[in-house]
Amino acid sequence: MKTAVVVFPGTNCEHDVAYALRAVGADPELVWHRESDLSDFDGVVLPGGFAHGDYLRTGAIARFSPVMVEVARLATEGRPVLGICNGFQILCEAGLLPGALIQNQQLRFICRPVHVRVASTESMLTRSLEVGAVLQLPLNSYEGNYTAPDFDLNSVVLQYCSPTGQVTPSDNPNGAIGNTAAVTNETGNVVGIMPHPERAIESALGSRDGRLLLEGMLTALSHA
Amino acid sequence: MLDTRHHELGLTNDEYLLITRTLKRPPEDAELALFSVMWSEHCSYKSSRVLLDRLPDEAPWVVVGPGQNAGVVDIGDGWLAALRIESHNHPSFVEPYEGAATGIGGILRDVFTMGARPIALWDQIRFGPLEDATSRYLFEGVVAGIAGYGNAVGVPTVGGEVDFDDCYRQNPLVNVMALGLLRRDDLVLAEAGPEGTVAVLLGSATGRDGIGGASVLASAGFDSAAASKRPSVQVGDPFAEKKLIEACLTLYERGLVVGIQDLGAGGLGCASSEPVARSGVGLDLDLDSVHTRESGMTAAELLISESQERMLAFVRPEHLTAVQEVAARWEIRASVVGVVKEDETLRARLAGDVVVDLPPSTLTAGAPTYRRPAERPAWLRDLWDDEPSPEAPDLADTLFTLLDEPGLADRSWVYEQYDHQLFLNTLLGPGHDGSLLRVKGTAKGLAVSTDGNGRACQLDPRNGASRLVFEAALNVAVLGAQPWAVVDNLNFGSPEDPTVMWQFAETVEGIATACEALGVPVVGGNVSFYNETAGTAIFPTPVIGMLGLSDPAPERVPRLDRAKEGAEVWLLGPRSVDLAGTAFDHLARGHLGGRPEPPSSAAGRATVRAAKDLATGGLCPVLHDLSAGGLLIALAEICIRSGVGAVLAYEDWRELFSEGPHRLLAAIEPEAAPEVTAIARSHDLPARCIGRFGGDHIAIVGGDAGKASIQLRRAATVWRDAIPRRLRRNS
Repeated sequence: MKTAVVVFPGTNCEHDVAYALRAVGADPELVWHRESDLSDFDGVVLPGGFAHGDYLRTGAIARFSPVMVEVARLATEGRPVLGICNGFQILCEAGLLPGALIQNQQLRFICRPVHVRVASTESMLTRSLEVGAVLQLPLNSYEGNYTAPDFDLNSVVLQYCSPTGQVTPSDNPNGAIGNTAAVTNETGNVVGIMPHPERAIESALGSRDGRLLLEGMLTALSHA
Repeated sequence: MLDTRHHELGLTNDEYLLITRTLKRPPEDAELALFSVMWSEHCSYKSSRVLLDRLPDEAPWVVVGPGQNAGVVDIGDGWLAALRIESHNHPSFVEPYEGAATGIGGILRDVFTMGARPIALWDQIRFGPLEDATSRYLFEGVVAGIAGYGNAVGVPTVGGEVDFDDCYRQNPLVNVMALGLLRRDDLVLAEAGPEGTVAVLLGSATGRDGIGGASVLASAGFDSAAASKRPSVQVGDPFAEKKLIEACLTLYERGLVVGIQDLGAGGLGCASSEPVARSGVGLDLDLDSVHTRESGMTAAELLISESQERMLAFVRPEHLTAVQEVAARWEIRASVVGVVKEDETLRARLAGDVVVDLPPSTLTAGAPTYRRPAERPAWLRDLWDDEPSPEAPDLADTLFTLLDEPGLADRSWVYEQYDHQLFLNTLLGPGHDGSLLRVKGTAKGLAVSTDGNGRACQLDPRNGASRLVFEAALNVAVLGAQPWAVVDNLNFGSPEDPTVMWQFAETVEGIATACEALGVPVVGGNVSFYNETAGTAIFPTPVIGMLGLSDPAPERVPRLDRAKEGAEVWLLGPRSVDLAGTAFDHLARGHLGGRPEPPSSAAGRATVRAAKDLATGGLCPVLHDLSAGGLLIALAEICIRSGVGAVLAYEDWRELFSEGPHRLLAAIEPEAAPEVTAIARSHDLPARCIGRFGGDHIAIVGGDAGKASIQLRRAATVWRDAIPRRLRRNS
């Protein structure tokens, strides 16, 4: 269950992700973005931050990092690939997930807890959860507004919602189409999530709901 | 012919003569440029140094006191904390986004220069009223700059202060405090090492940006030509800083540097001369080796450029290859620019010419110090005599006025733009009295509060400053922490004005007295003078940054949003009916006058100890220091954030708005009351129940201004919208 946590120059959530993965029993290892061999790993996480300073466009430079060839290979082989926040943006830029992430509707950075509703259990993060379950996770992004030209509701894993699970425009923090907070590929092994599950693993930090998602990844890793 | 080159560099005639006397010849251009930055008020503290000696800086846990890049204190279990506070007032007025952004970059370098990983930031920002278009532009720009740089560089901004007053209209204050953590063995000092050590310039390329930032911008007031100073503002690149942080931390971890100094105010000239002077050695500096982003830079420009995201590392020759490998790994540039020499001479060459040749200590210890004349302002007596009106106000109207004041209202518009959770340490983030960070792997918590109050300090700088120290101490005590170290940021007008100098001296005395009473050392600080535009100075605005050590951190941290139906409202501490300098007097009466109640060392100590005991014992779901706005607004905020109303009984209406020191407001479950009373009594602290939480109204009953009842929902709407609605208007 060895998991690569990729570090691009400018990534800043790598230690938090490793800490959280360890807390749920995974075996994370930080991997530099120039690494070109991930054959020792069962899965990979692209953590949040500002890879290459987010210059040009979020994820636009990171997708060309050598490690991305291997990330694509793991994805094709059906292994768990998770992109959190900036990692989600990179997976979209790399074409491993549909759609793109643009600036928040209000053109401001947003750092606050949000509620999300499980929209689908056809993803490695949510397989053991129930549709309709409500989680509280911290959101922390400027380009968190998900959009897709041929938006397919079937790709949506989590949706921004009210504390009781209603999916309404007023519970949409950033303008994301369909209140989308997380999406997956057709086979469910690649997931991009905008809020940070690794920031919600202890009640002392405000929520433990992120554990449920990371435990889902752990299960997928053990089957990979 | 009279030499006047120094005038445009901000040096006086006397200072120029002192330079020629020291060197026994006229300075070369590059040398003069070096003197102008190193002897600037910003770098040399020439007007403040003699007074700052008054501040207590000793305690058994102080590892590095004032004078280095950051203060360092021992927090036990092999851990040290590095802390520092800085201002970027002048650049932020000229260019708010970049000014605020580079302020963050600078303070982070000060902290990781010591070997520490920066773990958190706090910003203290002050503007004119948001009704004013310029103030809105500055406010939005500064907040965006803090967010843009802080978030991207990957250091969470976990708290701070936002305040508004007319006096900051033409001179906003942008202060920032940073905290870093390091293992005891990883401490690095700004030393140059022995002969043969090589100086390696790490990070971004040097350009012409920020030339004269310290001397031209930070050490003079503003006039209508402020925009023409824009080229003196640097441009920040958080991505370059992030790589620099990681590269430097790797260098420390592997023991590859002898010493290191960041390039801030005064650039390479300052960063090379300070460590060299401190180590009593010399340096041969090869300016041709500096990696630049523009060609044709003069020696003076290369020496004093304030291009951001650069460090100067002193490295043993045998480690040079390893250092270059680390730099390459993090994709930053590294150039060998100098070699340490035994003789105490700083010698710089450019294109074969010697452009600087002088003892480095002439730039540092050789800077002049001034004992500036100080004189109590003549207007102060009249201000003291002009006491607040005793006439009772309409309580409901007044509460709405206070709830609608951006300085007292919901500040989430600001802090929700800052990443305040990175590193998974934030047990209590922005929006409370202080912030509490855990130290992973230990039971410890680091509590931090930053506090300023220009109006109270205008009325009485000494007592105002003292009260701030007690307030900051109380803000960390309510998180279960013992006050551990102070950094101060002293924002003032021109030191050449004797009344400003008097305010400054009084402030230092006030801080010193309170720190002595609490037994807390001042481990660093910053002085920002010349906060004036067109001859009008800001109110004296010292900002106190207090680090508290909470060991163990409380399991249930008191928060403002934890009051429950049925809980009792308790007031702990002395009674106060003093209205001088309060937000009430300012907002409801448009008045500033009277002399604020002085603090009491005994009551200050007692309240801090009691608060710490109450928080550690988990006895108060809410424990809140009473400060800006007073009792009523404090209760209203607790109600709004907890989603529960309250009934409050009072006698004298002034108690509702007084900002008198050493007082706490608590929510207590009735069954905990005897224990709370016992703790208060053990510290000789008055404590009484003044109300109860419940219902959906904030009701005020029983006293000399009649009763009032305000719908909680309406209060919440006004409080939450105070900042957003002003930004929507006219934007």
